[in-house]
Amino acid sequence: MNPINTFSNHRLVNWFKLSSPSTFYPVAGKLIPFFWVLAFLFGAAGLWVSFFVAPVDAVQGQGYRIIFIHVPASWMSMFIYLVMATWAGLGLVLNTRLSAMMAQALAPIGAWMAFLSLWTGAFWGKPMWGAWWVWDARLTSELILLFLYLGFIALRASIDDPRRADKASAILALVGVVNVPIIYFSVKWWNTLHQGASVSLTKAPAMAQTMLWGMLLMALCLWMYTIAVTLMRVRAIILEREAHADWVRQSIEVKI
Amino acid sequence: MNALLAIIRRDLLLVMRRKSEVLTALFFFVVVTSLFPLGIGADAALLRKIAPGVLWVAALLSTLLGLQRMFAADYQDGALEQLALSPQPMVLFVTGKIIAHWMVSGLPLVLLAPIIGIQFDLDASSLYVLMGTLLLGTPVLSLLGSIGAALTLGVRGGSVLLSLLILPLYIPVLIFGAGAVYANSVGLDTSGHFSLLGALLILALAFVPWVSSAAVKIAIE
Repeated sequence: MNPINTFSNHRLVNWFKLSSPSTFYPVAGKLIPFFWVLAFLFGAAGLWVSFFVAPVDAVQGQGYRIIFIHVPASWMSMFIYLVMATWAGLGLVLNTRLSAMMAQALAPIGAWMAFLSLWTGAFWGKPMWGAWWVWDARLTSELILLFLYLGFIALRASIDDPRRADKASAILALVGVVNVPIIYFSVKWWNTLHQGASVSLTKAPAMAQTMLWGMLLMALCLWMYTIAVTLMRVRAIILEREAHADWVRQSIEVKI
Repeated sequence: MNALLAIIRRDLLLVMRRKSEVLTALFFFVVVTSLFPLGIGADAALLRKIAPGVLWVAALLSTLLGLQRMFAADYQDGALEQLALSPQPMVLFVTGKIIAHWMVSGLPLVLLAPIIGIQFDLDASSLYVLMGTLLLGTPVLSLLGSIGAALTLGVRGGSVLLSLLILPLYIPVLIFGAGAVYANSVGLDTSGHFSLLGALLILALAFVPWVSSAAVKIAIE
């Protein structure tokens, strides 16, 4: 064996092996139950903390408890967009099929998170602000984020050639990244009705310790849920797009 | 530079030979803005208040009407592929097409806006601010729109999809454009709005031609 081959066997192959749909498919299948279990564990703990342990808010009463869903969902909606755009960009630059498939798999779950964030926000807004919806900078930019997700999904769906769909939607995803910092900083840049961040990395959180724990546990739950669902989706997408390949035809799961 | 001028001249010539497409978009702008007083009622104070928003939304929609035209004909007859094969960079052609599009769909809006503004009972200073914001804002609309036009080339239901993709990106321009006119009408300083619109224009000019030319290349690949 010549030295170049041994080098590639040692260093590169281990990682790049996973970028091929045929090797990623079984690995993803093994990981899915693991992430589901974690999602349920964190979810159970998070809901217990947020409903039974966290104290009643002095100003907002019991109604504040919706933030345990609302804040993690909003975080996820922004974060998933960044992850999706990163995968899409990687797919555009490296021309790897799996990256584009990951971006495609992340889009629906991100759209749901954005929708959930807006929906729970409306439930929170009615008792606290007295309105289901206000045209505030953060609400509007979150709505734009939902539209960007829908545009990404719609553009993908209407291009028949999957490789062209990958590239075109990647460009759209990258253009939309501009919106994410706007949402995140909107409460700082504009003096809006939506309250500023209660949790930050640099200073002590402006809320009770247990409330923070409830929120973090729920965020972890949504993380694990997102990963599990994305892997399930990406497996379906792999089967659909690689249907012509031999390994798919010979796979036992598909035959059953 | 010659290539840029040549493509602008060519696109303008093509438009001049088929005036109806451009005139339809302008006529749309006039009709839509005239519908609002009919629907809402002729209360002068109310009309003054809604005028900036109505004019800006109508400007967005009428820009959208002409966007599909930017690359579609050249894509169908193969001219885009010829341009891609030429030694000049694609960015140059795309920039030329964007400039030509703005000259026939953005610039006339800037000139028409004061006439519509008078119908909405705006005073002279509001009209100046409105024209200024449109002058800075409509190029951004053409630039951002070119991304959507390039991405939806030869796609099923392209024009509907185009509006879904591009309108969310237009929102900042709408907010600052209409916001400046409103701020002026209540006696606030408008320089912040103008600076932000200018910043949007500079950012769009710096990045969008490259994004659009990448999208065009994907479409003709």
